[in-house]
Amino acid sequence: MKNYLKFGLLIAAILGSLAWLAVGGIGDTKTYYKTVAELNQLGPQGAEKRLRVAGDIAPNSIIRAGKDVKFTLAQDHLNLVVVYNGTEPLPDTFKDGAQAVADGKLGSDGVFHATKIQAKCASKYEAKPTMEKSGTALVHSS
Amino acid sequence: MENIGALAILLAFCFAVYAIFASVTGKLARRPFLILSAERAVYSIWILLTVASGLLIYSLINGDFRMAYVALHSNHSMPAIYKFTAWWGGQEGSLTLWAWLLSTYSAVVVFQNRRRYREMMPYVTAVLMGTLTLFLFLIAFIASPFQVIQLGKGIVDVGDGQVLNPLLQYWTMVIHPPMLYLGYVGFTVPFAFAMGSLITKQPGDAWIHTTRRWTLVTWLFQTTGILLGAGWAYSVLGWGGYWGWDPVENASLLPWITATAFLHSVMMQEKKGMMKIWNVVLISTTFFLCIFGTLMTRAGFVQSVHAFAQSSIGNYFVVFLAVGIAGTLYLILVRLDYLKSEAQLESVLSRESSFLFNNLILLAGCFAVLWGTLFPVISEALTGEKISVDAPFFNRVTIPIGLFLMLLTGVGPLIAWRRSSFESLQKAFKWPTLIGVGLAAGLFAAGVHHFYALVSFALCMFVVVTVLMEFYKGAMAIHAKDGTNLLAAMFELTHRNTRRYGGYIVHIGIVLMFIGFTGKAFDKDITTEVPVGSSLELGRYQLHINGLTSTQNENYVSQALDVTLFKDGNNLGTFHPERRVYIVSKQPTSEVSIRRRVNEDFYMNFAGMSTDGTKPVIQAYVFPLVSCIWMGYWVVLFGTLTCMIPSKTRLVWPKTAIVGIAGKHAQVKN
Repeated sequence: MKNYLKFGLLIAAILGSLAWLAVGGIGDTKTYYKTVAELNQLGPQGAEKRLRVAGDIAPNSIIRAGKDVKFTLAQDHLNLVVVYNGTEPLPDTFKDGAQAVADGKLGSDGVFHATKIQAKCASKYEAKPTMEKSGTALVHSS
Repeated sequence: MENIGALAILLAFCFAVYAIFASVTGKLARRPFLILSAERAVYSIWILLTVASGLLIYSLINGDFRMAYVALHSNHSMPAIYKFTAWWGGQEGSLTLWAWLLSTYSAVVVFQNRRRYREMMPYVTAVLMGTLTLFLFLIAFIASPFQVIQLGKGIVDVGDGQVLNPLLQYWTMVIHPPMLYLGYVGFTVPFAFAMGSLITKQPGDAWIHTTRRWTLVTWLFQTTGILLGAGWAYSVLGWGGYWGWDPVENASLLPWITATAFLHSVMMQEKKGMMKIWNVVLISTTFFLCIFGTLMTRAGFVQSVHAFAQSSIGNYFVVFLAVGIAGTLYLILVRLDYLKSEAQLESVLSRESSFLFNNLILLAGCFAVLWGTLFPVISEALTGEKISVDAPFFNRVTIPIGLFLMLLTGVGPLIAWRRSSFESLQKAFKWPTLIGVGLAAGLFAAGVHHFYALVSFALCMFVVVTVLMEFYKGAMAIHAKDGTNLLAAMFELTHRNTRRYGGYIVHIGIVLMFIGFTGKAFDKDITTEVPVGSSLELGRYQLHINGLTSTQNENYVSQALDVTLFKDGNNLGTFHPERRVYIVSKQPTSEVSIRRRVNEDFYMNFAGMSTDGTKPVIQAYVFPLVSCIWMGYWVVLFGTLTCMIPSKTRLVWPKTAIVGIAGKHAQVKN
């Protein structure tokens, strides 16, 4: 019985410390998914949270100035100005019209300061059909 | 042509369903001819799927652009090799590859074991065919690779197809997906044997002995697949990283972790008759995680940068998982009596206990990764708010887990079975500990103050010394007895027990990878605009921009820099980081230049031009020790292959007395 107690204690200690790490990790790094519309209504407490916004990169909006990259993210006809100054290079898929996901915080000036950008081009791994098959007819969607 | 292909898949589907019923009914009603016909159905399925895949490949290579799959995944100008790899370039094709691989495995398994395990083979066949049925159902009815493009009632030939994304036109991407698939698919086999053994109330560990090599080979494929993906990300994506904790990457890691746990805990069952329930649970978990991984990659379940097609096939996978997991759980619960442990844990300081903790830690790691991956889904279900956790979360949890595993890697193999005393531990671990701590102290004195890095290096050294001592001690014993020289004695030693010493070699490979991972703590980077003719400095490196050239060919427009790299003033040669924009797809790609050395890589990325168009933006990185990861892979490969060579001497382990109801049925075979 004494053995089982020892094992129990050790296992509890290991799992406990891992759980503690995990809970702390979630608390520190959790990021809220928001739409651009939700961002506008966020108010002052929103400035503290790490946020993630997705949208399309507005055409011709990408401006590189030194380390900073500035662009506009459009979602449902709403625009959000994003400034990226993270250390990781922007992905190759980051280009006009691509879908992008920006992680960062909302500044009081309404500019979104991103520390991480993920971009996915719809054709990156799986070509998005330009021909949609609806019924038997061939429809050109683009 | 497409009709023959679709027909072959449909027939294969029917045969698979037939094989399930025929083999189970044949077994229950004792009708050998039914079992035999099920076996033949398995072979026929392989032939049918080979025909279907062959037709698909033929259409891809010859550019039959009437077919939707061909038109979407290949075009005229692609090199033949990429036309071939378009087989798994899209959803329908990869499901076909999955099915073909599984049917190949099934045919081999049935052929090898049909006489040896008459009892459980019908059920093994049924489980294999049950899994295959899912995939055949999908490619026969939901996502057919032989769909033609139709306009009204006529079939259209669109003339030419879409290009394969240039990012994927790279050699590792040619073999990365099939390697992962070979891994994913392979775990069906040990799972099927475990189930067959449970259903037929097999005594003993026949299923483990039979599937040991399968599991090893499969594990090796998966390791290879994961590392190829990492290597591709590092040298192609221009991002400088090799692992981003993306959901799709995690999906491939999860079954790898449980499989690793399984490879370790089967030793407990083989040698001590313990952890029987656990092993069945582990192999089932691995199998279901493989299916889950396919679901994640194929159904856009969690938002991922990999951006695979969103599709409805996810539901079928979820149903399969639910039914499969429920069935497996039921079976395990019903057969609990046959899974009684034959021995008990005696001491916290024992080999058994180290295996137990190894498993606990691996599973905790697996759970943490799974939790983090599914966090957006879970949080949305619970709180209505979608919250994600990122790389910092994963790093924070997995680094301590990894370090603890490293410790166990050193401790486990040296500690005695059953119970060990503090004195013997002191003797065994004196030198490894001293050398490990000595290394950490030395590094600290040399100016390395990163806590985790110091711990990691110390533990890596600890493991290396324990492994070297094992080889040395064993070889000395042979040397003393036979008088052979030390090197020959080591070879002889490994040959006598390939599993044990091959395993040690794998451990060394993992240590190398850990050294590489630890190097991440010392990365340096700089992103800056550098006018042509001037230089940038990063650590001891100096990068001089000599010039900028623009070229264009029919495929892409390119801008290449001509840079000279200096380290401490010594010229290290010129490099040409390049930026291309592919004309058809408008896809920009970075052709990074990497100066690879064992101690550190210098990584140059031409990120583009500044907005005014005059100054190139350069991203330069120093990545210490990254090469160790890739070297570690080769060592793991060598070690795993060593494990698969049959040992020269057959080992007989003392088995402890068999208790419980299992004792009545057990026949101990050594």
